[in-house]
Amino acid sequence: MYPEFGQIALILALLLAVLLSVVPLVGSLAGRDNLMAFSRPLSSGMFVFVGIAFAVLTHAFLVDDFSVAYVANNSNSLLPWYYKFSAVWGGHEGSLLLWILMLAGWTLAVAIFSRRLPDVMTAQVLSVLGMVCVGFLLFIVITSNPFDRTLPNVPADGADLNPLLQDFGLIVHPPMLYMGYVGFAVAFAFAIAALINGRLDAAWARWSRPWTTVAWAFLSLGIALGSWWAYYELGWGGWWFWDPVENASLLPWLSGTALMHSLAVTEKRGVFKSWTVLLAIVTFSLSLLGAFLVRSGVLTSVHSFAADPERGTFLLGLLAVTVIASLALYAFRAPVVHVRSRYGSFSREVFLLLNNVLLVSATILVAVGTLYPLVLDYLELGMLSIGEPFFNLTFSPLAVAAGLLLGAGIFSRWKKTDGGWLGRKLLWPLAISTLVTAAVLVGYGGFTTWAFLGVFASVWVTVATFWDLWDKSSSRKGRLHGLKRQSRSYYGMVLGHLGLAITMVGATVVSNYGIERDVRMVPGDVASVGDYQVAFKSIGQRQGPNFTAQYGTFDVLLDGERVAVLHPEKRQYTVGMSVMTEADIDAGLSRDIFVAIGERITDEAWAIRLQYKPLVRWLWLGSLFMAAGGFLAIADRRYRIRERADQKAEASTNVPESGSPTSAGATS
Amino acid sequence: MHPIRKKRLTIVLFLLVGLAIAVGLTTYALRQNINLFYDPSQISAGEAPVDVRIRAGGMVEEGSVRRDPDSLKVEFRVTDFNASVPIEYIGILPDLFAEGQGVVAMGRLDGNGRLVADQVLAKHDENYMPPEVAAALEKASKGQHKAGDSAETVSY
Repeated sequence: MYPEFGQIALILALLLAVLLSVVPLVGSLAGRDNLMAFSRPLSSGMFVFVGIAFAVLTHAFLVDDFSVAYVANNSNSLLPWYYKFSAVWGGHEGSLLLWILMLAGWTLAVAIFSRRLPDVMTAQVLSVLGMVCVGFLLFIVITSNPFDRTLPNVPADGADLNPLLQDFGLIVHPPMLYMGYVGFAVAFAFAIAALINGRLDAAWARWSRPWTTVAWAFLSLGIALGSWWAYYELGWGGWWFWDPVENASLLPWLSGTALMHSLAVTEKRGVFKSWTVLLAIVTFSLSLLGAFLVRSGVLTSVHSFAADPERGTFLLGLLAVTVIASLALYAFRAPVVHVRSRYGSFSREVFLLLNNVLLVSATILVAVGTLYPLVLDYLELGMLSIGEPFFNLTFSPLAVAAGLLLGAGIFSRWKKTDGGWLGRKLLWPLAISTLVTAAVLVGYGGFTTWAFLGVFASVWVTVATFWDLWDKSSSRKGRLHGLKRQSRSYYGMVLGHLGLAITMVGATVVSNYGIERDVRMVPGDVASVGDYQVAFKSIGQRQGPNFTAQYGTFDVLLDGERVAVLHPEKRQYTVGMSVMTEADIDAGLSRDIFVAIGERITDEAWAIRLQYKPLVRWLWLGSLFMAAGGFLAIADRRYRIRERADQKAEASTNVPESGSPTSAGATS
Repeated sequence: MHPIRKKRLTIVLFLLVGLAIAVGLTTYALRQNINLFYDPSQISAGEAPVDVRIRAGGMVEEGSVRRDPDSLKVEFRVTDFNASVPIEYIGILPDLFAEGQGVVAMGRLDGNGRLVADQVLAKHDENYMPPEVAAALEKASKGQHKAGDSAETVSY
């Protein structure tokens, strides 16, 4: 019985979403407060019903209800309970439901935290979010119902979750990623609402900034988790493959990063408005493009779900409607640029403009590399692939340039920066960065141009960030007082920029100085990788809950001392009969030692992959910094002080907030 | 020149230069790094270029996998059931590599029609067949004249 309730809940949520997308919007355009007042209750109702549907599906997984087709295809009674739980989003339908749950969650969050927004704005933002929800709810109800039954031939047991997905990484990676993807819907909704009512001003930028930053922080975490998961679970030690699906998540991240910076300019200086709105539209469209690429079956990868032309067509339609409608609105309503605000050639505005140029170029590059083969294939002009070298060759210069620009831009001032002063300011950081970079390269023993540029850009960003912090925190009352006086959003920025530097140095060092060896080994052999020796001790059998494994034992030695014992495995899963390589890694801040078992060559001999990965952890550590920076920035006091100031203003003038009876009652 | 115009001109020039660099890099990189796909029929007909990095794919022929007991060298043949190509690879094969499975190999053809692969891909899913392989098999099963037709479009 339960699954049918789930489906009913989804349909009810769809109805509420339709109401939400129409009623408050009409109310705001007709100036009817009573209609606008529906926006919050409708948002809550929609979230509740989507939540019910999600809970029902989760329940079906936990109790092994294989009469539900989706459960039968993605679960098995032998799975441990936590994988049964994460299997909810292990396939297309369930992950789509998770996506919608998060979309409804963001909508609810906007409804809750928008008390200080003008009611017209709130109503319109929630209506736009309602429209997005309608799109996805229609998609799930029409093409991807997770509650379809297998009746009357209920299978005795499920087909099992893809063994690749039976992992902690999968429990957390999709939720984080979807939080990011979907979060950009809020920035999009703010942009559309601003276009509708023509209030494209600093206040609008201030409202959409924290939402964009949070979405960006989640997306950063999600991408990093995916990369980490690929590193240890896909078995072969790569951390970024420029796989189209990875690119699909990188695209909104890049344009979202541009959006964050452009919003800062719009908030502080009131310029770049049209550009910022356009970026918000583009970023969300890229999120939709990602959904299309992953779910339509045009790609085949670890991530892509079973191909179904109907789904692809639906998503392409959704993408087209979103892009065309919002760009049309943009064309009609975007303000004609009559900004009289002036800024000089080395002002912070110009640096942030260049930042946007670089980030957008990177977005376009990645998009071209990802979509070009698909388009050619679709037009039947041939099958080709664009490999990692393309992306490495084109992306690296942009990343380095962004780093160099960032280091200089940190010192720049709004409106006007004296070029000579900036040049002198940069001399010391330049000298320090060059020395440190040289030392790092000597330490790793080898000079290549790319290694130098990558490390230099990272060090440069780090030095400039700390230098600026030092300058800003100088105070007559002492350094500590000066440090305390800085705002949280400033510290957020510091953390974000340091995170970028950490990720960049990690990527550069591991790509340039990592060592990868495939060797033939029999038990008793010792092979060296970098400064380390790896001794193959033995290999035997091990029985897991739903697999049997070849279980190896390796000693990792440094200068003859044992530093770690590793147990890589080759697993054979009982249900699907699929084989999985489980690498084992001796992880450390300065380096990872990675051992994976390949195929059996003779009775005795095995192919073994050994890797030495210096600073590989820094890749993901940097993303943690970036995400932490994002969360810290939105905890900034100014977002709350303004709120209190607004309330005071309201209380003193005694103008009740129209259309929202509860808060009006409370303040007046 | 008026200072504001001068500033605008600088910005526009900056943008143009940046754009030019980006476009130049992209086209250069694209030209270097596009890997065309060829099926075994095309390769054995001599349509694939020698010593250029290409992708080749098909089913691993039953009984064709030979492993060197003293190194990581593997030799096998891939087929589209119409023609087959020998492939040589040194390294670790993916988990799902097996006889009768669809694979894609990246590498260069030597003078003797043998593909020296530096990468072999098989998908992490037992039901998966690389799309190029599926298309190649379908093509081969439709007969020679058809294969000739679409070969033109592939090697355009």
